[in-house]
Amino acid sequence: MMLPELGHFALILALLLAALQAFFGIAGPQLGKDRWVAAVTPAVAGQFVMVATAIGCLIASFVNLDFSVRYIAENANSALPLGYRIAAVWGAHEGSLLLWIFLLACWTLAVAIGVAKLPKRFGARVLGVLGFVSFAFLLFTLATSNPFLRLDPAAPDGRDLNPLLQDPALAIHPPMLYTGYVGFAVAFAFAGAAMLEGKLDQTWARWTRPWTTTAWAFLSMGIALGSWWAYYELGWGGYWFWDPVENASFMPWLAGTALIHSLAVTDKRGLFKSWTLLLAILAFSLSLLGTFLVRSGVIVSVHSFAADPTRGIFILAFLVIIIGGALTLYAWRAPLLKSQAGFEFLSRESFLLFNNILLVIALAVVFGGTMAPLIADALHMPTLSVGTPYFNPSFTTPILPLLALVSLGIMSSFKRGRLGEHRRTLLVTLGISVVLALAVSFGVFGGPRILTPVGFTLAFWIVLTSLVDPIDRWRRKLSISRSIIGMTVAHLGLALFVIGITAVESYTNEHDIALAPGQTAKQGGYEFRFAKLEPAEGPNYSGVRAQFIVSRDGAPVFTLNPEKRQYWVQRSVQTEAGIGTHHGTNILIALGEDLGANKWSVRLQLRPLVNYVWVAAFVMALGGGIAASDRRYRIARSEASEAVSAGGVVEAK
Amino acid sequence: MTPARKRRLILVLGILAGVGIAGALALTAFKKNVMFFYDPSQVAAGQVPQGERFRLGGMVEKGSVQRTPGSLEVRFVVTDFQHDLPVKYDKVLPDLFREGQGVVAHGRLDQDGIFIADEVLAKHDEKYMPPEVAKSLKNKGQAYVPEGTSKPDALTPAQPAKSAPAGT
Repeated sequence: MMLPELGHFALILALLLAALQAFFGIAGPQLGKDRWVAAVTPAVAGQFVMVATAIGCLIASFVNLDFSVRYIAENANSALPLGYRIAAVWGAHEGSLLLWIFLLACWTLAVAIGVAKLPKRFGARVLGVLGFVSFAFLLFTLATSNPFLRLDPAAPDGRDLNPLLQDPALAIHPPMLYTGYVGFAVAFAFAGAAMLEGKLDQTWARWTRPWTTTAWAFLSMGIALGSWWAYYELGWGGYWFWDPVENASFMPWLAGTALIHSLAVTDKRGLFKSWTLLLAILAFSLSLLGTFLVRSGVIVSVHSFAADPTRGIFILAFLVIIIGGALTLYAWRAPLLKSQAGFEFLSRESFLLFNNILLVIALAVVFGGTMAPLIADALHMPTLSVGTPYFNPSFTTPILPLLALVSLGIMSSFKRGRLGEHRRTLLVTLGISVVLALAVSFGVFGGPRILTPVGFTLAFWIVLTSLVDPIDRWRRKLSISRSIIGMTVAHLGLALFVIGITAVESYTNEHDIALAPGQTAKQGGYEFRFAKLEPAEGPNYSGVRAQFIVSRDGAPVFTLNPEKRQYWVQRSVQTEAGIGTHHGTNILIALGEDLGANKWSVRLQLRPLVNYVWVAAFVMALGGGIAASDRRYRIARSEASEAVSAGGVVEAK
Repeated sequence: MTPARKRRLILVLGILAGVGIAGALALTAFKKNVMFFYDPSQVAAGQVPQGERFRLGGMVEKGSVQRTPGSLEVRFVVTDFQHDLPVKYDKVLPDLFREGQGVVAHGRLDQDGIFIADEVLAKHDEKYMPPEVAKSLKNKGQAYVPEGTSKPDALTPAQPAKSAPAGT
């Protein structure tokens, strides 16, 4: 089979086409050569075909189990089920990069279709910047991380996919996450095009918003899937560990959240222009950093298995060129983009400004904690590590006022610096929230910790204030735009998220115990009977399966079957936790090891409302999707050209 | 000063104060909660401040894992091939914990010089060493090659046979 060579060749052609796309897209409009501009879209299409061919070849080679390809020999095995053979494509560094490139090609194609109605030169610049990013990634992949390299002689069988990654949620987690990461490349490209053009108006923000919001929605889902996977698969018990890899995906999300709010102000009021640009650059830079930190092996983590320091220099150069280039362009062009209007203190603009400041502070806190160990290491200082005891309080400090601002921001209006009649609504809803929060803290859960009522109050307040405007419009039979529905849904998702986190952080109950089959343990009002232990067999593993009968007040609730698996090829042991939910409380049982004397170590965990955390992320993403589909983002050709003449663009030449 | 300017000044000062407070809090939390890494030789040399919580890293010495049958309590020895440190732990050990493998543990020293671990990490796969442990061993001239590691060029036939389960 020549599939790997075909894929390799397609990748090289894609590199050339990306170079053309970047050159024609950036140089064409700059020099006013319309024939160059016209060549950009065909280059995009050609590059898409080539990249799709390349990833198709890799997938086909995985399905065929071509162990003469080194990457496949390292990440698959003849016993690996078909679904995971496909997921194994992005199971390690090389394939993830190819997936990244493929998703970038998909986004670029979508953008090429989307910008067809925009002014030609502007569209070409957007595609040119995307071409440049794609070129850099293709070059990096071909030079240092080629997944198509052959192995001579071929391996008789492969080393198998890391068992931790053999899981449905993790099979789709990287594509989701990368779709989000790569989506910020589009916001970055729009920012780059605006800077090259030296012009940024409200129409620009309107063009950029749906792309950014869509990327943000995908990133939200990707992070939630990763968190959910870590919860049930790693068996460490918890939905978030402030692990560097998690932080690497969370930082672009924070920057992206700030960006979509800042874009709203730029769209509605023409303010915060330079700040919006800077956030677009920041969000994408953090996406790049995330991609590389995770897969380059700089960070110690379960995700970064294949450490290869030789890639370090290339990565560093890559980051410096793209981020440094964008910032230089920014320093040169940003002074052209002065906002004309001012704004009032109690207006929505100013609340969104505070929102952005707090999000950036939170981002800085996460960034500092994530990078400190790397920086200390680079400076040959003592090896240090930063964990939850740092992140939890430092992150919560800016986030609590941020949550209060959500309610204030929703109830304020653009331009007007007065809360007016909304002041009363705010106070009434706040009062109701406090009463509800105390009732829930004491009544439902019984005995709060200090921050419990605070968290619940803020969450309920967001729910109530979010619903005021939509209900009012509905009663007055006014139309509600998708933007407003989307925003409301996303904010309700945020409230759900806060409720979940507050409950989990306040009322988690976890213990490790030694238990023999037949024995019963009591914890948090539940009884856990270790009924039996039996052998378990899978396609590429064997192990033991325990049966636990969980009951409450003598009545059985459900049976959970935690497993201990031994994967033959990688010879690694893997815990499969038994998980069930009863009245909102997530119950997790993980089987430890044989302690002798017939006993096993068992981890029992009760986490109330932890499911809300993941559901909330999907609700937020749904809100983003609804908002992005608003009619006002659909561009009519006449409108676009009108915008240009109204904006008075003077093209170079 | 015009009212507009005054408001802007208040705004800017407010933002600066907020950023300052957040920064100060984060730095305090950082100072209080940062954990340093020590290997058994550094512990033996008395470099760990009294009562400090730290990360201990090294190899789990072969044959050192001891259990009281039926109890969660486990004792093992972490070594860097120059000095040893006994460790006590009473929770579920991670899947990748094994004798002769690298390990990182969080905890404190007690009066008898035993490391009381509250968390044992083995978040790496078995071919892969925690970099800080690898560095510590390298500094001691102990290039450690984990068992079963082979360059991909020499991929040995894997054994899909059920007669060769894990844990060997």
